[in-house]
Amino acid sequence: MLNKKDLLSIEDLSKKEIISIIKNADNFYKNKKISIKERVLNNRTQINLFFENSTRTQVSFEIAGTLLGASVVNFPLSNSSQSKGETLIDLAATLNSMNPDILVIRHPNSGSVQLISEKVTCPVVNAGDGNHEHPTQALLDLLTIQKRVGRTDNLKIAICGDISHSRVARSNIFCHKKLGNKITLIGPKTLIPRNIDKLGVDISYNMADGLRDVDVVMVLRLQKERMDGGYFSSEREYFHLYGLDDRKMKYAKPKAIIMHPGPMNRGIEIDGNLADNLDKSVITMQVEAGLAVRMSVLELLLKNKNENV
Amino acid sequence: MSKTTFINAILIDPKSNTLANGSLTIEDGFIDKINGPSKGAIIDCKNKYLAPGIIDLGVHICEPGERHKESFKSASMAAASGGVTSIVTFPNTIPVIDNPELLEFFIKRARESSKVRIFPTAAITKKVEGKEISELSFLQDAGAIAFTNGLKTIKNPKILLRALNYASSLQSLFIGHCEDYYLSNKVSATSSLFSTKMGLSSAPRETELMGLERDALLSDLAKVNYHAAQITTKKSFLKIKELKSKRNNISAGISIHHLLFDESYIENYRTFFKLSPPLRSISDKEFILKNIKDDTIDTISSFHLPQDEESKRLPFEKAAFGAIGLQTLLPACLKLVHDKILDLPTLFKKISLNPAKLLNLKTGILKEDYPADLILFDPDKPFTVDRFELLSKAKNTPFDGYKLYGEVLKTFVKGNEIYKSRNTIDT
Repeated sequence: MLNKKDLLSIEDLSKKEIISIIKNADNFYKNKKISIKERVLNNRTQINLFFENSTRTQVSFEIAGTLLGASVVNFPLSNSSQSKGETLIDLAATLNSMNPDILVIRHPNSGSVQLISEKVTCPVVNAGDGNHEHPTQALLDLLTIQKRVGRTDNLKIAICGDISHSRVARSNIFCHKKLGNKITLIGPKTLIPRNIDKLGVDISYNMADGLRDVDVVMVLRLQKERMDGGYFSSEREYFHLYGLDDRKMKYAKPKAIIMHPGPMNRGIEIDGNLADNLDKSVITMQVEAGLAVRMSVLELLLKNKNENV
Repeated sequence: MSKTTFINAILIDPKSNTLANGSLTIEDGFIDKINGPSKGAIIDCKNKYLAPGIIDLGVHICEPGERHKESFKSASMAAASGGVTSIVTFPNTIPVIDNPELLEFFIKRARESSKVRIFPTAAITKKVEGKEISELSFLQDAGAIAFTNGLKTIKNPKILLRALNYASSLQSLFIGHCEDYYLSNKVSATSSLFSTKMGLSSAPRETELMGLERDALLSDLAKVNYHAAQITTKKSFLKIKELKSKRNNISAGISIHHLLFDESYIENYRTFFKLSPPLRSISDKEFILKNIKDDTIDTISSFHLPQDEESKRLPFEKAAFGAIGLQTLLPACLKLVHDKILDLPTLFKKISLNPAKLLNLKTGILKEDYPADLILFDPDKPFTVDRFELLSKAKNTPFDGYKLYGEVLKTFVKGNEIYKSRNTIDT
């Protein structure tokens, strides 16, 4: 059950809702062939609206919708009305008039997906808004953890890197706080917001301390342009301090898994060989889980919509 | 000789800090006698309050340049119905009021269209860019009552010091916006758990203290009268208090919005609460509220900043700063009285007497031979704010849907009744 019109954030979800999305996603994960009558998005229109460049998330949502029977439209933004000065709300109203059944939106400003959701009648899925949230990423991470670690509670999780500018980090923090897991944020002090400890997470500025006995290591992508902003000094120093490699991985539990939302910078936030080590790295599995989670979310939101009609 | 006597009024005198039943006679636009014999026309105030009109310091009127947001006419109507009889404008118009010719035009337009008094400040640097000093002397001659860069801080301390020295030689007041430029540039919230959870770009509240400390040092060097327009954090409040104990040429103000709202109001990305400086923590707000009655904060204003719907109907980080407040300033301030934080004479000290003293304006007080800028109001009348009913052209009030108390019954400027409520006591 998902008792909402939209999926805008993990913060809005209850633990029960998180678990039910994952449970539903697990069915899709196990059974990728969906019979025609189970395709809840048959004769439905899904519009993907990506104001920010994205390949994997957009394609993942596109395939998820298609597998469920939807007609998926990728709204072309590069040559769209945005460059002609149309406002976000006008664009939302225009799309709403085309009567889509579901909208999937990514936007570079925090809160913008919520803003659109208030102006349209169909369900909206937040595929990432600014530095705010990326709920399906946290959900697919959770499904991956469940499959590989075997549980979703009683976990110790480290999130490493640029926490300040990461919507993935925020969604994962909200998710794992709700599940009662222990979270440690690791990164340079410049990239960890000062007040974030009030969310009930531990903070560590070095990997040796932060990774001690964790079950899950989440590595975040380092945006290289942050270097110019004075957040860190060089890629090699960053890799030395925070790049995940075999040496630092020894502090984690022996069976700990490594996650990364992609795309990776090999040799900056993660050692290339370690990323390819399938005993530890679950990065490709995350992509697979992403598809299942997105199918689950689309289905649950659409079921809601049908019931409310 | 036209005379009017207000009888059965409760007179609010911020100077002597008293509330007293009495009468007040005006003659030819001036206050003639307090508690004298009734002369001329009689207005029975029926025990409502008669006070000096409000002087709102730091108002943006979007004329010239953006008359679709606000004009002298609309601002004047909003002000009059809110009990504001004098508006002190900021120069951040399009173009910026940074030369005497433009200021003369501005004053001419104000005279033609505004029923309330308009006292303009002028830009201390050309185009408020913080690079070159404006023709301050010419501007002063043309009618600028103070200099400011509005809500834009002057980045370069060398330029600021020169500008302050120059203003000092003209015995002028400088109104500063205390924020460190580099920390506060392009951010939309105060750093806190809220901004972190919401993923908003933010600056620590210490940016205000940094701006204040720099400005305080430089204004002391220049020996210029310095007014910190908005002091909104505990640390900068304590700093002002300390500075005031050592020197007498520094003063401070705050917006009523920062006294009534805190950063929790921006939840759900509500852009009408995106202000400059950004709303602060609950503890900062409560600290200042607790201490607002002492003399640290001299003035409370609206920092009226009209924005059209389009500039607010945007993602939070893209949305424009500011809120309108001329018309709601008095009811909002009266919340402080109803909540027993301030008494009425102290409130009027901060909204009438002090701004007048700061700017050497002969108003803001109930005194014989002073201009009859008066308001008659009922502080207890409840109403619910409907933003579309406000008289400003722009409707960006943070009070939309709020229940406030206080109704202006009549407003007088130089003895002329410029506003009368529909529920006036005449009928």
